[in-house]
Amino acid sequence: MNPRGWVEGTLIAPLRRIGAVGIFLVQLLMQAGPALARPRLVVQQVYNAGARSLIIIMLCGLFVGMVLGLQGFDLLQRFGSEDALGVAAALGLLKELGPVVAALLFAGRAGTSLTSEIGLMRATDQLTAMAMMAVDPLRHVVAPRFLGGVIALPLLVAVFNLIGLFGAQLVGVQLMGVDTGAFWSQMQAAVELSDVMEGVIKSVVFGVACSLVAVYEGYHAAPTAEGVGLATTRTVVTSSVLILLLDYILTAAFLGN
Amino acid sequence: MVRVTDLHYGVGERRIFSGLDIEVPKGSITAFMGPSGTGKTTLLRLITGQVEPVSGSIEVFGEAVVGMRKAGIFALRRRMGMLFQNGALLTDLSVFENVAFPLREHTDLPEPLVRQLVLTKLHAVGLRGAASLMPGELSGGMARRVALARAIVMDPELLIYDEPFVGLDPISMGVIVRLIRQMNEALGITSIVVSHDVDELSLIAHRSYLISEGRVVASGSPEELRNSPEEVVRQFIGGHPDGPVPFHYPAPDYFDELLGRGKP
Repeated sequence: MNPRGWVEGTLIAPLRRIGAVGIFLVQLLMQAGPALARPRLVVQQVYNAGARSLIIIMLCGLFVGMVLGLQGFDLLQRFGSEDALGVAAALGLLKELGPVVAALLFAGRAGTSLTSEIGLMRATDQLTAMAMMAVDPLRHVVAPRFLGGVIALPLLVAVFNLIGLFGAQLVGVQLMGVDTGAFWSQMQAAVELSDVMEGVIKSVVFGVACSLVAVYEGYHAAPTAEGVGLATTRTVVTSSVLILLLDYILTAAFLGN
Repeated sequence: MVRVTDLHYGVGERRIFSGLDIEVPKGSITAFMGPSGTGKTTLLRLITGQVEPVSGSIEVFGEAVVGMRKAGIFALRRRMGMLFQNGALLTDLSVFENVAFPLREHTDLPEPLVRQLVLTKLHAVGLRGAASLMPGELSGGMARRVALARAIVMDPELLIYDEPFVGLDPISMGVIVRLIRQMNEALGITSIVVSHDVDELSLIAHRSYLISEGRVVASGSPEELRNSPEEVVRQFIGGHPDGPVPFHYPAPDYFDELLGRGKP
């Protein structure tokens, strides 16, 4: 293999891409102020990215919580501490499963929708037409969608956690017979504000990452059916890997503290 | 109104324009014609500052477009309107809101005035009754007329039409031809029309430029082009399949290739 081609393909191209995404993020943040000055556009995108993902988030939250209840009960029972199921479920959901699973679902549901919508607007000249009307598409189309995603994901994570806890309680307390009082009181005593904040920070970071990847891929999609399809695939793949990578980095940072 | 001087442009190794000179006088309808793939739409993108040339100058409203900052380009674009080949209507907005879009973005006009302006422009293109429809409910010709209403809602000085006749039935085509002429005569708007429909252009264009292989090969009134002795002009106007613009894309010898002696 040509070493120059290998260096270009393996090292320089990804770095160039990261640089391009960074510049795009700066451009987006510069347009965030003007976009927020017209909240109607942002609220509409919070609805599109958030409210429309609500059903899948609630369903998956319920099932993840129920599985957590079953597995947690099975594990804790071995040590005779099944009363700690509430703490285990709450910490597992708040710190890890809630942000990560909700973000992965968000990337698949809302991220792909953002990418294909913006990509199709590019392919059908709508973005060019907007620019020709002296309206910056970054301000009018991309920034509100980015902000909508960043606001929507932490809210979805909160809903996911609540439903997940309900699911864990349903299985642990109603099905397996864990004491209700012990389930809730141990949770109340052991879960601290820092645990909640860890989940909140993760959900905000994942929201920025997923939304940025989705709008970047859509805005830079080749203006063809194949181009939009490839961009949508890249959104899911890149977002998923990024979520898990960032999760490790953030978890290590929080544990380090 | 628009002056292009010694324009050079290329993408990668491919040269698209090499020494292009064009002038669009104020108040005129000027046509850019040429075979498919000669870069007519690219020329519009250069004039509107969407892409930068390799060298040469482009002046619009007396201001140099090349090297101009984004704010300057946007200020120029507020004085021009552009009609895209497919209409390029915003699919999440109704016909009314599409036409109102530039007004809402650039002015603080009260709602009753916006409504009046939008209905006036929609009436001018014969689609006042379609104001509440969504773009997906329109035919190709209707979408282009809505796009035209949107393009003129800010009362531009320059209107640019990119392939306005493509894919239209004869009635819709006649309507668009009449509207282009009306915009020019009634509102005094300078117009640039990119097309390869020789017959339609001859009805409306004051001056036409025939572009081929990166340069202007002929220019003049429709009559002058018809009588041009240039072979490429005669091929284009007459619609002959082969000539200076070859029918076949460059390829190795036909028989050699069939017999497997050329490259596959």
